[in-house]
Amino acid sequence: MSMNKPQDFGTPASEASQLVTLEIDGFKVTVPAGTSIMRAAASIGIDIPKLCATDSIEPFGSCRLCVVQIEGGRGMPASCTTPAAEGLKVVTQNQKLADVRRGVMELYISDHPLDCLTCSANGDCELQDMAGAVGLREVRYNPVETHLHAAKDESNPYFSFDPSKCIVCSRCVRACEETQGTFALTIDGRGFDSKVSPGQNQPFMDSECVSCGACVQACPTATLMEKSVIDHGQPEHSIVTTCAYCGVGCSFRAEMKGEQVIRMVPNKDGHANHGHSCVKGRFAFGYATHKDRITKPMIRASIKDAWQEVSWEEAINHAASELKRIQTKYGKDAIGGITSSRCTNEEVFIMQKLIRAGFGNNNVDTCARVCHSPTGYGLKQTFGESSGTQNFDSVMHADVILIIGANPTDGHPVFASQMKKRLRQGAKLIIVDPRQIDLVKSAHIQADYHLKLRPSTNVALINALAHVIVTENLLDDAFVNERCDVASFQKWKTFIAQDIHSPEASEAITGVPAAELRAAALLYATANNAAIYYGLGVTEHSQGSTMVIGIANLAMATGNLGRDGVGVNPLRGQNNVQGSCDMGSFPHEFPGYRHVSDPSTHQLFEHAWKTELSAEPGLRIPNMFDAAMDSSFMGLYCEGEDIAQSDPDIQHVHAALRKMECVIVQDIFLNETAKFAHVFLPGASFLEKNGTFTNAERRISPVRKVMSPLAGYQDWEVTQMLSNAMGYPMNYSHPSEIMAEIASLTPAFAGVSYEKIDELGSVQWPCYDEESTGTPIMHEQAFMRDNGKGLFMLTEFVATTEKVNGKFPLILTTGRILSQYNVGAQTRRTENNVWHAEDRLEIHPHDAEDRGLKTDDWVGIKSRAGETVLRALISERVQPGVVYTTFHFPESGANVITTDNSDWATNCPEYKVTAVQVMKVSQPSEWQNNYQAFSEDQLELLAQSAGND
Amino acid sequence: MSVTVYVPNDSSAVSLGADRVAIAIMAEAKKRGIEIDLIRNGSRGLYWLEPLVEVATSAGRTAYAPVQVSDVVGLFDANFIEGGHHALCLGLTEELDYFKKQQRLTFARVGKTDPLSLDDYIQQDGYRGLSNALSLAPADIVKRVTDSGLRGRGGAAFPTGIKWNTVLNTPSAQKYIICNADEGDSGTFSDRMIMEGDPFVLIEGMTIAGLAVGATQGYIYLRVEYPHAHIALNSAIATAYQADYLGDNIQGSGKKFDLEVRLGAGAYVCGEETSLMESLEGKRGLVRFKPPLPAISGLFGQPTVVNNVISLASVPIIMDKGGEYYRDFGLGRSRGTLPMQLAGNIKHPGLVEVAFGMTLRELLYDFGGGSASGRPIRAVQVGGPLGAYLPESQFDTALDYEAFAAIWTVLGHGGVVAFDDTVNMAEMARYSMEFCAIESCGKCTPCRIGSTRGMEVMDEILNGQDLAKNIPLLRDLCNTLLNGSLCALGGMTPYPVLSALNHFPEDFGIHDTANVA
Ligand SMILES: Cc1cc2nc3c(=O)[nH]c(=O)nc-3n(C[C@H](O)[C@H](O)[C@H](O)COP(=O)(O)O)c2cc1C
Ligand code: SF4
Ligand code: SF4
Ligand code: SF4
Ligand code: SF4
Ligand code: FES
Repeated sequence: MSMNKPQDFGTPASEASQLVTLEIDGFKVTVPAGTSIMRAAASIGIDIPKLCATDSIEPFGSCRLCVVQIEGGRGMPASCTTPAAEGLKVVTQNQKLADVRRGVMELYISDHPLDCLTCSANGDCELQDMAGAVGLREVRYNPVETHLHAAKDESNPYFSFDPSKCIVCSRCVRACEETQGTFALTIDGRGFDSKVSPGQNQPFMDSECVSCGACVQACPTATLMEKSVIDHGQPEHSIVTTCAYCGVGCSFRAEMKGEQVIRMVPNKDGHANHGHSCVKGRFAFGYATHKDRITKPMIRASIKDAWQEVSWEEAINHAASELKRIQTKYGKDAIGGITSSRCTNEEVFIMQKLIRAGFGNNNVDTCARVCHSPTGYGLKQTFGESSGTQNFDSVMHADVILIIGANPTDGHPVFASQMKKRLRQGAKLIIVDPRQIDLVKSAHIQADYHLKLRPSTNVALINALAHVIVTENLLDDAFVNERCDVASFQKWKTFIAQDIHSPEASEAITGVPAAELRAAALLYATANNAAIYYGLGVTEHSQGSTMVIGIANLAMATGNLGRDGVGVNPLRGQNNVQGSCDMGSFPHEFPGYRHVSDPSTHQLFEHAWKTELSAEPGLRIPNMFDAAMDSSFMGLYCEGEDIAQSDPDIQHVHAALRKMECVIVQDIFLNETAKFAHVFLPGASFLEKNGTFTNAERRISPVRKVMSPLAGYQDWEVTQMLSNAMGYPMNYSHPSEIMAEIASLTPAFAGVSYEKIDELGSVQWPCYDEESTGTPIMHEQAFMRDNGKGLFMLTEFVATTEKVNGKFPLILTTGRILSQYNVGAQTRRTENNVWHAEDRLEIHPHDAEDRGLKTDDWVGIKSRAGETVLRALISERVQPGVVYTTFHFPESGANVITTDNSDWATNCPEYKVTAVQVMKVSQPSEWQNNYQAFSEDQLELLAQSAGND
Repeated sequence: MSVTVYVPNDSSAVSLGADRVAIAIMAEAKKRGIEIDLIRNGSRGLYWLEPLVEVATSAGRTAYAPVQVSDVVGLFDANFIEGGHHALCLGLTEELDYFKKQQRLTFARVGKTDPLSLDDYIQQDGYRGLSNALSLAPADIVKRVTDSGLRGRGGAAFPTGIKWNTVLNTPSAQKYIICNADEGDSGTFSDRMIMEGDPFVLIEGMTIAGLAVGATQGYIYLRVEYPHAHIALNSAIATAYQADYLGDNIQGSGKKFDLEVRLGAGAYVCGEETSLMESLEGKRGLVRFKPPLPAISGLFGQPTVVNNVISLASVPIIMDKGGEYYRDFGLGRSRGTLPMQLAGNIKHPGLVEVAFGMTLRELLYDFGGGSASGRPIRAVQVGGPLGAYLPESQFDTALDYEAFAAIWTVLGHGGVVAFDDTVNMAEMARYSMEFCAIESCGKCTPCRIGSTRGMEVMDEILNGQDLAKNIPLLRDLCNTLLNGSLCALGGMTPYPVLSALNHFPEDFGIHDTANVA
């Protein structure tokens, strides 16, 4: 094993198609025009000394170490900023160049502490390397002015900033600008006084810094350094794996020291992230070894009992016998399981296999139910495939970007950085969101239109956009005629052209001024390439599926599909939402979205799994809870999912869980659901197992075990043990065998294998055969529907029943922030809490004024479903009449107030719209008090088990 | 009948009391019932004679100088308004030796006309160049400028026609003309004199540049310490707009050119063209690397002409009288005239526009009259703070780019600063390092750290410390600066430093010259 450090070519690759040939130190090399001399040299193994250049950012030409001489040219141009040109003859080493380089190094070292041996970068310092490369042997200066006593900034929990070691190469500044797009850093002062300054000369934590770490990665010295490296020393080997947080699915090199992760470094060759990451993926991995990790299986008879640590064998046997007992007592269909979007494809696959083949029913569902099930439905109906149409890189070709109900800078930060890069290049931006998300206005970015609609009026808005396009004749007729189902189009056209869909008519519903909407529609429809990105603000509505269909209609009508720069792109929340859906997590679908009653598929799986399978769709999650209440669903196997926190109308969920006779939770922490459990099977974090994740662009990426599972088993092994104990035999020896089975049973995965993933780094499905390298962009020639034609569907706006009235006059909508992840089980167990230690209720100054509220006041939030208390944050980001909160902390009880309203097609809960009243209170709500008491009891019951140890 | 009296409005003249003199003259005239038509002209460039008051007489303009308020009554008593005799009377201005020996092409009108009068400008041959340009194809305008042999007067002496041609041939929807009016070189003032004394010639030159390369927007990046020039330019620009010499339809041609003055950031390095463009874009004045050349990707990434004030102000006469006319002045590859600016320890400081080819010695003694202190001139720095120091032995060098380059010196923007024999050249070398340290933008390592280290090394040398180490170290540092710097600020600081060391080693404590090289 080695560090496998990728080569640094010094400057980014040129995308030019024209080639030029030049001679470097006598060697001929042919490169694309626009390639720097430095990169051309590196490509044939000639390393020109460099410090300010690195291939993730544009060249800058400031250190002057990389000077070369060009035959017939004057002076010593910097090779990083000088483009290769036909016929150049370049010399990279001679005495004159050596003199200048040594002179530059001597200057650097005259202002650098000489403590290499005790420096955290020792062994991984470019300054050190360069001093060696240029042969610096002495520093003759007696420096008077230096920066050796500049004070450290330790404010960031993950990295330290020691300006005494800074060589002012600006790599950090440029990384923050170019890679991350936050512009938190500048060089302050001039000349010798130049120094790196976060914000207005503030500590990092007080600046706009979002702690993505791009600057740390770019820093060639120990100036910006991970605290983990300072604490533990340099790593000695690295393993490529994939982030387990969000749907961007960033590729990382886990840099290790034995079995200890020293740091996570985003992988330059990662196709989803190109060497970038966010604060979660790079820094928030400490939860994996947090003291709260539970590493022993536990059982108990009732949730009032203390936990009892038992052997794996005992736990598995107990779980199996309980499940069998329940089936005997209440019937075969009285048990089921919930898979997780956090788990690997392989884990999900065998989980649903266990349920379908081992339990003998189809009672399997996934948490994707609560986020993107309308995406699956809507896109399957219209385009024929339940997935986004593009790869992330496609955004670099978009001329107009339309974001609906998504907050990429918080939810999908690395993709947001790529999008911001494109926006800085001049792409236009339309945002549809009730709230002012960061992209509306941030450094060097300003949305052209922000359609600030009322929550729950998405469909009226998309219809109005379509109405303008139809009535102003901005349709792409050629595309529609050739690629779409024309009859459905004609029907849709007539439907949408009705006056009730005009911007003027819908203004009353959406609150978006008609003129602004018309202008935005025009911008979208007349772009060369227009791309739509959307998130949970689209799906988590009673008309979530309708809205997805509306988006699909719009893209088809304007011909914005089937090539680079366009498309319909759901921004998936969790790391493996796409994969868990693909793997057959729904009660009505086998892997690959094939209905359980479809005879040929049914036969295929029965044959392969050598058992009888039910052709009846099983229970969806909400139905499981309902069934529990009437005692027809009494046993649940829940892996990696915290339904007791993340599902809507939480009091109902808790009641259902209390009702069940056997709840088996497999997780790395005693999560909220585990507090209702009878069997606890300790899970493994993503660092402890092998498998694959599939990101929002259908990219299947490797997850690699970098340390041994703390509890002894990888999750797929646990499921396999349970299956065997249930009497359905499984004997995979490695997840690659599970993937082979997936490939053999699922056409879109037929060409996927671990060998191919290892070779290519990742593969985007569909990948139909061995030759295929995957599909970055879908529907290029024809849609995936049976007849190959895109289907238009009517999208009538139906107002939600969740209406404001005198009693509940405000609309509550929910979202997420960058530093915390989902229910927060992981991020809350890291230093990320310094950015967000509690959920707050954002409320507009007007509404706050009416209620006499100030920031920090405790406010009661009451809906038809329940009541909770949070602290207020007065903010103009929300419009009057709308309040907003995140849902990262269980004690916030955001889901106590969300109702059981849901999408008509998929039951996806209407998280984004709850009518509430807000008022000043002095203490937590009754629910919160009860919750706190229950939670404390449960932790006590856990402590008793630990005490038994 | 009224009498026309000229009192310069040039800021140097004003700082020497020209405004007060003007008021005193008007007050006295009123008292005496004499009608005076007072014109606030530019400076004739004879600075030791400012305020230089002129009276229009039948024989021509008669000069009285230098005039103080206390002289005014006496001047009236002497009937100066009719050219009467007075101790301050110098005779006809244009017969003054200092003036007569010059070849004023670019400065033809400066000091003669009312700078803000468009009529005056046109009467004195103004806008004839533009009128010719309007009848020519862009490539022909460029050709005429190329033929004239004009080279950039901002410092680098790059052929103006070639620069324009690159911009002309780089297709783009938007191109820019930038006039570099940051004039930061110590002891230089020719740009200021033009802008205060004949702003229309600059406007005309820029308009022609716009026509030549297809640029429709111009910016004058003006040194912030030039408030008088700012007022004059803004006034002249407003007048030019009113008379359709600027705007959407220049003289009915359908051609467009807009012009705006932007104030500089007050840093020397912002006179460097790429740093200037960063500053114009609203960013920190950090030097950009080249390529891409500004002519291909300049302001906001668009093809951009950046020229010095004098370069642009020389264009109208070229377009008026032809490339050959201009080319006939000068010699070799240095064509036309160069406005030299005499300053420092010199008896007759001022502006001397002469054809290339005169020797430095002629300039110093025939024009400058030797040192002001009367002591021998020991060293002269030509070409601004980054120019080399020339010892007496090099005074016979001709004012010619190539002749200067041959002795490792530069003409630059034409600044000449003289020092007499009381100067300590090691201190001057230290000062050059200090200047570099103060003005460094901080982007590149040699200049950012090297200038400060250079100061420190010079301090040790001035203290006589460890010369055996420090002299070679200073030379090595200069080598690093010279070859390694990103721009000429760091890259040329070795010129003054090494020339001082090489020509005046004794000031560095070196008495054994074998040690020097
Ligand atoms: C440090 C530095 C300062 C400069 N200052 C000026 C200046 O004040 N005015 C000027 O015209 N050129 C200045 N230059 C030269 C410009 O970079 C550029 O060469 C010039 O404006 C081009 O115009 P020209 O071709 O007409 O000379 C400076 C160059 C450097 C390196
Ligand atoms: S951590 Fe990221 S956001 Fe913060 S300063 Fe560095 S690059 Fe910028
Ligand atoms: S902090 Fe690091 S990357 Fe930033 S300027 Fe200093 S040495 Fe360079
Ligand atoms: S959380 Fe998302 S954006 Fe952040 S590193 Fe992980 S996959 Fe990338
Ligand atoms: S030489 Fe000095 S002024 Fe020029 S780029 Fe380098 S640091 Fe900036
Ligand atoms: S690497 Fe080229 S100047 Fe720094």
